[in-house]
Amino acid sequence: MEPTNVQLRSDHGFEDEATETVLSQRTVRFRRFRRNRLAVAAVIVLAVLYLVMVAFPEFFSNHFYQTHHADYVYAPPQIPRFVDEEGTFHLRPFVYPITSELDMETFNWVYTTDTSQRNHIYFFTRGYSYDLLGLFPTDIHFFGLEDPEQPLFLFGTDRLGRDVFSRILFGGRVSLTVGLVGVFLTIIIGSFMGTMSGYFSGPIDNAVQRLAEVLMSFPSIPLWAALGAALPSGWTPLQNFFAISVILSLRNWTGLARELRGKVLSFRESEYTLAAKCVGASHLHIIVRHMIPNSMSHIIVISTLSIPFMILAETSLSFLGLGIQPPSTSWGVLLQAAQQVNVVLEQPWLLLPGIFVVIAVLSFNFLGDGIRDALDPYSS
Amino acid sequence: MYVYFVRRLGYMVITLAIISVLGFIIINLPPGTYLDRYMAELQAQGSESAQEIVKTLEQRYRLNDPVFLQYTRWISGFVRGDFGLSFMYNMPVNQLIWGRIGYTVVIALATLIFVYAVSIPIGIYSAVNKYTIGDNVVTLFGFLGLSMPDFLLALILMVFAATFFDQPVGGLFSPAFRDAPWSLARVWDLLSNLWIPVVVIGTAQTATLIRVLRGNLSDVLNLQYVQTARSKGLSERIVIYKHAVRNAVHPLIMQLGMGLPHIISSSTVVAIVLSLPTMGPVYFRALRAQDMFLAGTFLMLMAILLVIGNFLADILLAIVDPRITYE
Repeated sequence: MEPTNVQLRSDHGFEDEATETVLSQRTVRFRRFRRNRLAVAAVIVLAVLYLVMVAFPEFFSNHFYQTHHADYVYAPPQIPRFVDEEGTFHLRPFVYPITSELDMETFNWVYTTDTSQRNHIYFFTRGYSYDLLGLFPTDIHFFGLEDPEQPLFLFGTDRLGRDVFSRILFGGRVSLTVGLVGVFLTIIIGSFMGTMSGYFSGPIDNAVQRLAEVLMSFPSIPLWAALGAALPSGWTPLQNFFAISVILSLRNWTGLARELRGKVLSFRESEYTLAAKCVGASHLHIIVRHMIPNSMSHIIVISTLSIPFMILAETSLSFLGLGIQPPSTSWGVLLQAAQQVNVVLEQPWLLLPGIFVVIAVLSFNFLGDGIRDALDPYSS
Repeated sequence: MYVYFVRRLGYMVITLAIISVLGFIIINLPPGTYLDRYMAELQAQGSESAQEIVKTLEQRYRLNDPVFLQYTRWISGFVRGDFGLSFMYNMPVNQLIWGRIGYTVVIALATLIFVYAVSIPIGIYSAVNKYTIGDNVVTLFGFLGLSMPDFLLALILMVFAATFFDQPVGGLFSPAFRDAPWSLARVWDLLSNLWIPVVVIGTAQTATLIRVLRGNLSDVLNLQYVQTARSKGLSERIVIYKHAVRNAVHPLIMQLGMGLPHIISSSTVVAIVLSLPTMGPVYFRALRAQDMFLAGTFLMLMAILLVIGNFLADILLAIVDPRITYE
């Protein structure tokens, strides 16, 4: 339907009819998507995650993620409360202050909670200064204590006394965007290779298919790890970040290319392609105006479903120390601290970044499923 | 059929040849070599003859030759089973790897069996009892299994075992059998410890297969021939197992070829957390130390395992599905 409409619109100006058909189809799909409650919930969760972690992690964190608190090493999480020890209810949430002491026998930090004093949590307080969205210098934070010197570690601290909560937010910025950049590259390489392969067939098709086959014969994580190990150590965090995205998409495009090849092979034989050829359309025109728009729903579904895969891949690579490099942080880098079981047994809060990985990946899976069902004309 | 075998075999050899070139290039990508680090290390220790030691090593391994010469030497040794020397361990690579390959294959096969043994019955149950509580629970766990990084699952399982069973988890053997010679008791011990890595590595794959089978089978159950079978008065059991499942299960065999890379890849990461004696941990250590022959050998062997696995899956599919023509 769509390409014919596009043709009509550009050549004969039947604009009303064309937009109406396109719109109605879109509405149908949107309605179908909205009926899927899990997918809608996933959209909301992802919107919150991206807003808090990608757009405004500085605002929502109460510590800078690299700040060391030497007095609070491996501090346990401080849980905000409304009800104090005596059972009195307080409208404003508070935490009990903690003090650390070094056990001279085991050389572990021992924490004692002081329940006689309440540190109330205030909203829109002043803290460390930063640039909001990288543009506006400010020091307002979403929450904090009246006295910024007092400890407030919602998710505890790591072995250098860095606030785990803030690190999860800043790590999310990297983990949640690396997948998007990787998928963007996957779409570009995959659509190009796939349409070329299906449309021209013959030697080009053969070459692309062999290349895809070879890339798929490497087990993914070992291949990525080898490429990750090849990155020069002197690169800036930003260079490193993009290099990791490129590495992830270098193998990932093969799946999309194969699917698209199959689609394009069938579109190539259809009447509208023949018609386009008859009126003298160039290959480029046919590919850009007919092949790609027709495959769009496929491209969208496959790429949404490969975002979670990318997030998991980045997490695993960084966990192995071959992905994002400290001092930059990502959820995988944070989980590196939890590699040994005895560490996890002593400091279970170091596994908290994992929960966020699961939430993000789960949401993307639900979203991808929802989009697939909504775009599938045969689903009821 | 015979022609199909031969052609498929030919493709396999070509693929492997390209893989070996790509693999060699990738392993040689990191700037500098192991010897650069070694020299820095020697100099840091205050060794005065550092330059000479490194020079002798360079000559012994002929590291100054052009890359393609190094490649031809490496690959001609490789096909004869000589994988070069590991700088890190200072011994021939093939002395280091055979045991690890063995365990990798054992774990991969056990995982494969686990994945199919679990996903087929659950997938059938889920498709037959669609949207019941049982199906919803399966779907929920399936999605969770898909969304959890496998190393995290391994960590959680280990913490769980340590807190509730007070039992240290890790490795493939109990401490008593770790260095013992092979015996029936040791094999039994291996089998009783195998389930943790197998479950951890297999979970994501199981979840995928359950979803695939559930989708396929519920499509097939709506087809007319199933209706015909029912109206003939066949029992529901026969309708499902003999008529519907048979046709829904083919994509799962196709998944066999795609599942194997996933299993091998996943086992490398899980092996680090669970300290398994497989290829993974040594491979990553070799990568970090730029021990190129060791890392390159592992990368090649993993790719070979996969290519052979895909080949077998294709052949199996050709045998099982009569609709496939051997062209």
